[in-house]
Amino acid sequence: MPGGRYPAEATTQLSKGSPCHAGGTRSSVGCRGVWIHCGVMQLPSPTDSTPPATRSPDVTGSHEQVAGVTGTFMVKRGLADMLRGGVIMDVVTAEQARIAEDAGAVAVMALERVPADIRAEGGVARMSDPALIRAIQEAVSIPVMAKARIGHFAEAQVLQALGVDYVDESEVLTPADEENHIDKRAFAVPFVCGATNLGEALRRIAEGAALIRSKGEAGTGNVVEAVRHLRSIVGDIRRLTQADGAEIYGWAKRLAAPVDLVAEVASTGHLPVPLFCAGGLATPADAALVMQLGAEAVFVGSGIFKSEDPMSRARAIVEATAHYDDAQIVAKVSTGLGAPMAGQEIGAITEHLADRGL
Amino acid sequence: MEVGILALQGDVAEHASALRDVGVKPRPVRVPGDLTALAGIVLPGGESTTMSLLLGSSGLVGPLAEEIASGLPAFGTCAGMILLASSILDGKPDQLAFGAIDLSVRRNGFGRQLDSFERDIEVAGLGDGPVHAVFIRAPLVESVGAHVEVLGRLGDGGSPVLCREGGILVSAFHPELTPDRRLHRMFVSIIEERGR
Repeated sequence: MPGGRYPAEATTQLSKGSPCHAGGTRSSVGCRGVWIHCGVMQLPSPTDSTPPATRSPDVTGSHEQVAGVTGTFMVKRGLADMLRGGVIMDVVTAEQARIAEDAGAVAVMALERVPADIRAEGGVARMSDPALIRAIQEAVSIPVMAKARIGHFAEAQVLQALGVDYVDESEVLTPADEENHIDKRAFAVPFVCGATNLGEALRRIAEGAALIRSKGEAGTGNVVEAVRHLRSIVGDIRRLTQADGAEIYGWAKRLAAPVDLVAEVASTGHLPVPLFCAGGLATPADAALVMQLGAEAVFVGSGIFKSEDPMSRARAIVEATAHYDDAQIVAKVSTGLGAPMAGQEIGAITEHLADRGL
Repeated sequence: MEVGILALQGDVAEHASALRDVGVKPRPVRVPGDLTALAGIVLPGGESTTMSLLLGSSGLVGPLAEEIASGLPAFGTCAGMILLASSILDGKPDQLAFGAIDLSVRRNGFGRQLDSFERDIEVAGLGDGPVHAVFIRAPLVESVGAHVEVLGRLGDGGSPVLCREGGILVSAFHPELTPDRRLHRMFVSIIEERGR
């Protein structure tokens, strides 16, 4: 049951109304009227009466005072739920963002260089220029995500101040902290994090991630690592559901993950947040493959705009993700797309991005 | 009773689980053949522009529009509300609207994700207290036709968030995300009332 799938920690934190820590999020974005952000004020219990909205229904306007609670784990995870069955596309310009939206993307990831270029050019990869993110936000009406470096909570604060819809704490950028990830519970903006295995996924969820993506190996155009990571996560979930009460503790120890989250996965048979797939997808059949392996949506990075005909390929990957178990449709949309991105053998690459931030 | 869920994109699984909880068999609808002999259909939450495009390419748009026009009850939540509305503001120029309920809705009318919120809503004719409603980049209803019944608002005099016209039920929020099944039960009553 969806209502029972939220991690207990989030609920506890909300009901306590704990103050933001120093790295926190007293964001001015979205603080209009009586809006209350997660952790900033004491939150009402669900039975508290809420003051009425003040806008009359015949007034045309973009915002009204809704007397609602924002930044909760429910709304963070809720957006991830709405992206399911969709394709999130990496874009580096407003024009690419429009192409992605026209092709049916459910969201775009705004960044300065796609992973294939980061890999080729080297150097430190950082958060994108706010001007680029703003230009992309203005160009499209679908959600806009952006990447922060692992552990770089100040970049995440900037992205939240810009009003991005999701922050990807991403191994594709150069890590800023080799020991710690961002304390994602302190933010009103939701976070997605990568994972190569179940333990990593649960550690990120414990830190407050509202969405997990299997890491794969970004910028390679090679789906093999995405398959390895997805199979590892889904396979361990399947095995964990067979564990008895005593074995849960052994699993928690092996996974280096909180025992309550391990117990929750053992009883529900799925992560407490959606599981998407990323890293190396380049064709409609790649999308169909990972969806059948248990991914609930896909991220496509270099695979679209490094191909010969990005618009057609983007459309085809959207269709294949929606109809992933209908091989007739996947065959039809895979036809005549031009050359995919060249791609690389995993053995030929020197830096494995997936090894960052475990 | 078998009720379809438009399953091209979005939170299909949550609606399927809600329908099962109220004793209805859910059927994912991805191609026109999936529409045969349904008692009703749910249009889930998700990205309305994506669903609009996939409705066109899957060949569902014509047959589904005919079914709805000939009385198939439909329940649209968030993106589903946008698809069922008669007029969409801030949509893409080619975005599809079935025009099944006389509403004008503004996409993302409350703002971006940081503005997504949850709060209680009083629902007319529903016992057992208010509904706890989750709004995710929700559409804002800007005007309502004369034959539309407003069942819930954002407080007294606030904008409509739950509306019905004939066999069409729409919410700007996501009843499928919370364990409360009263609105799915309400949809099943609408189906029964209309003799489907």
